[in-house]
Amino acid sequence: MADALVDYDDVLAAYDPALGLEVHVELNTHTKMFCGCPAVFGGEPNTQTCPTCLGLPGAMPVVNGKAVESAIRIGLALNCDIAEWCRFARKNYFYPDMPKNFQTSQYDEPIAFDGYMDVDVDGEIVRVEIERAHMEEDTGKSLHVGGSTGRIQGADYSLVDYNRAGIPLIEIVTRPILGAGAKAPDVARAYVAQLRELIVALGVSEARMDQGNLRADVNLSLSPKGSGVLGTRTETKNVNSYRSVERAAHYEMRRHAAILNDGGSILQETRHWQEGSGTTTSGREKSDADDYRYFPEPDLVPVAPSREWVDELRGTLPENPTVKRARLQAEWGFTDLEMRDTVGAGAFGLVEATVAEGCAPQAARKWWLTELARRANESGVDIADLGVSPAQVAAVQALVDAGTVNDKLARQVFDGLLAGEGTPEEIVAARGLAIVSDEGALGAAVDKAIEANPDVAQKIRDGKHAAAGALIGAVMKEMRGQADAGRVRELVLERLS
Amino acid sequence: MAGALADGTTTSVALTQAHLDRIAAVDGAVHAFLHVDAEGALAQAAASDERRSAGSPLHLLDGVPIAVKDVLVTEGLPTTCGSKILEGWIPPYDATVVARLKAAGLPILGKTNMDEFAMGSSTEHSAYGPTHNPWDLDRIPGGSGGGSAAAVASYEAPLALGTDTGGSIRQPGAVTGTVGVKPTYGGVSRYGLVALANSLDQVGPVTRTVLDSALLHELIGGHDPRDSTSADVPLPDLVGAARRGADGDLSGLKVGVIRELAGDGWQPGVMARFTESVDLLVGMGAEVVEVSCPTFVHALATYYLILPAEASSNLAKFDAMRYGLRVLPEGVASPSAEDVMRATRDAGFGDEVKRRIILGTYALSSGYYDAYYGQAQKVRTLITRDFEAAFAQADVLLSPTAPTTAFKLGEKLDDPLSMYLNDLATIPANLSGVPGISVPSGLADEDGLPAGIQILAPALADDRVYRVGAALEAALLDAWGGPLLDKAPDLEGTL
Repeated sequence: MADALVDYDDVLAAYDPALGLEVHVELNTHTKMFCGCPAVFGGEPNTQTCPTCLGLPGAMPVVNGKAVESAIRIGLALNCDIAEWCRFARKNYFYPDMPKNFQTSQYDEPIAFDGYMDVDVDGEIVRVEIERAHMEEDTGKSLHVGGSTGRIQGADYSLVDYNRAGIPLIEIVTRPILGAGAKAPDVARAYVAQLRELIVALGVSEARMDQGNLRADVNLSLSPKGSGVLGTRTETKNVNSYRSVERAAHYEMRRHAAILNDGGSILQETRHWQEGSGTTTSGREKSDADDYRYFPEPDLVPVAPSREWVDELRGTLPENPTVKRARLQAEWGFTDLEMRDTVGAGAFGLVEATVAEGCAPQAARKWWLTELARRANESGVDIADLGVSPAQVAAVQALVDAGTVNDKLARQVFDGLLAGEGTPEEIVAARGLAIVSDEGALGAAVDKAIEANPDVAQKIRDGKHAAAGALIGAVMKEMRGQADAGRVRELVLERLS
Repeated sequence: MAGALADGTTTSVALTQAHLDRIAAVDGAVHAFLHVDAEGALAQAAASDERRSAGSPLHLLDGVPIAVKDVLVTEGLPTTCGSKILEGWIPPYDATVVARLKAAGLPILGKTNMDEFAMGSSTEHSAYGPTHNPWDLDRIPGGSGGGSAAAVASYEAPLALGTDTGGSIRQPGAVTGTVGVKPTYGGVSRYGLVALANSLDQVGPVTRTVLDSALLHELIGGHDPRDSTSADVPLPDLVGAARRGADGDLSGLKVGVIRELAGDGWQPGVMARFTESVDLLVGMGAEVVEVSCPTFVHALATYYLILPAEASSNLAKFDAMRYGLRVLPEGVASPSAEDVMRATRDAGFGDEVKRRIILGTYALSSGYYDAYYGQAQKVRTLITRDFEAAFAQADVLLSPTAPTTAFKLGEKLDDPLSMYLNDLATIPANLSGVPGISVPSGLADEDGLPAGIQILAPALADDRVYRVGAALEAALLDAWGGPLLDKAPDLEGTL
């Protein structure tokens, strides 16, 4: 086993990476894929179930029309062809939390196929080809009780919650992405990030990676440089943040190279991503000969979306993300670098939403990329999951614009927001953060500062206005930062001229 | 019976009690039932009588008791599918057809015996022991719905529901002298029918007369939003067609005799009754043509690839985890889920079920799919084309329902292939989804046992099978001087 990873530059000197991404999106339909049970996250175990999603003998599935609509819209947004006629198939295998011991999925007849997405990787557009997007149902969830790890090994017993069983999923599969070289991990990250933005824009899923609404499997293989022969791949399952997608690809490239350099061969298997250590561990061995005994699901009639309907749905698509990005960059007046940083931080949609709430674009960018990005990083979450909404950011900036607080005080408002202390206005009031513009109080503080710093005062009287900074600083300190710096400067100069 | 209820000659409670008494008297010998719900049936009967005395508008069959094949799930009543693996399972919901029976006020007498998971042609593959043919208790009642057919033939139930995947309503009907109907695929909801082979299964009536079947069919049929394969079109007027047929005029009707399903190798007595029936139809003005359906000779092989394939997938859910039997393997200290599943399936499934799971798993496996399952689907299409060509020449198609009368219990148990041949004539209809009826055609000369004639019509033209079936039934009734079933031995006298 390769304990020592190969240095990344050395990987690239010897090998070409091939990347493939499979992303599962849980749709936000009101009901499940094949029954009328509510399709919502959480709930007491096994309360959102019926004979169909429990797979009871005799129960039958009926396709959720809204899920088909979402699938078509995703397919169209990914520039796919939409099948005129397609079917569901049974994927037969035994799995503890799969009630029928087969999954109703699509096999050789997916609803959408042959598409692409142009992905912005640090300003460079990379075309990722989409092989297919197909519909299927989610499984239940196992809870292993006892033992120390919460995993099945060592557990005393296992419980299964079928609330999630039957929630509609769309699986989006790319063709192998070749030629990305050193940027393969960045492409993986940017693809998942942009795909998620698209899903959010389509409104078809909550797309929360931390809750498993959107799960990425990262396939990776290496081939000897220039050989053009695809190597054996591993599939790192259920990676749940952009950063982890990038790190998983990076790690697997270095791990594969170590094995190959030692003359070993890669085992075709699934891998589990370990967030803490930034490594992957072995999962299930998986060969191409996995025999799922697919055959058309006889309980479901074929899905044959009319061309009129598809065209109608085409009309509901949001603007193409690449086009939209160029348009908004121009509207916002961002430099290429500013734009790249915004996208790279996963803040594009947040900035957009904040601007839509009335905030100036530069201010929105500043808050998300500095203050909020720092806090998200400290908490180890994506900034979208930090718990501050675009509307709140816009409200904070509105307070700055009104002169109620300055940037420094605004940071304390964010403290209050994250602590759930109410609206920005309420936090300013409760914490007493508003800037003091009472002339009497300011005047007294200015007089006090002049008295305490006679040398500085003399310099200003001599015409060296630049020295005013020291007095302003003293006033701000006295006022605990809650003074209007511009007004303080005016008062200082008034008194000393 | 419906008439006697309507004019107050009897009550539903009296009718239901009479049938429960009959069950108590003869079912020890016949073994048509796996579970009798006397209490539930009498409560439903009392409720029906109350509705009637209150003058509420009632379904014609309100208050007439019925038996239900144990493959249909019934809320609060055991459902085993004739298998040990489901012993003790009480479903939390009703099949759509059962819900419709309840809504119309038919008391449910109980659940009838069947070949395990509906796999068989003799009801000898039930894990709970075979059902006996009321005409001769040493003989099979047909299968897999032998319990429903025997219940009706032995006067334990006036009506019953069966399911027909390859002939499991029609073939038992033929060998017990009852009427059995396989509706058009999609004409009756399958929701709550524990699937054997989903693309072939169909729920249908088992009764003593064609009119009874039409009434029951109209009651259970029609679109069900919970079954996506159920046809969203109105049912044709089946009762009207049966009544028109009973008037006996078939002028202008073209009947086709399927060359491949009658002739050499068929029991002479069965063929004799068949020929007589065809002559009777001619006597009522029908024109007879001979049609050829050459691909029907491949129907059996096709069926025995498609059925096990679907069945192997359907039966995967019986994994000992959530309901039914759970067997812990012997000599294993801490068994894994797989160990428990293996031990349970070994103990819970019978030989025929295991045989078909293995066959189906093989037929679907990669590398063999195209050669077997894929090929079978192609032949299925050809069989449908044969039907289309034949229905271009004739309004209905005829054949004997089964090649022989009832054979002896145990006679073919060790010879699955010869057992499979019993469904030779009935299987093509399932492969193509067309409707069919089996009507008693008399007793074979050799053994004095019932034979049946099968009438097939194009998909969604179920009314035709009722019209022709009722016409033939009326003519035969005249010829016999009464219902065929009245010629059956009096069980209480022979016990």
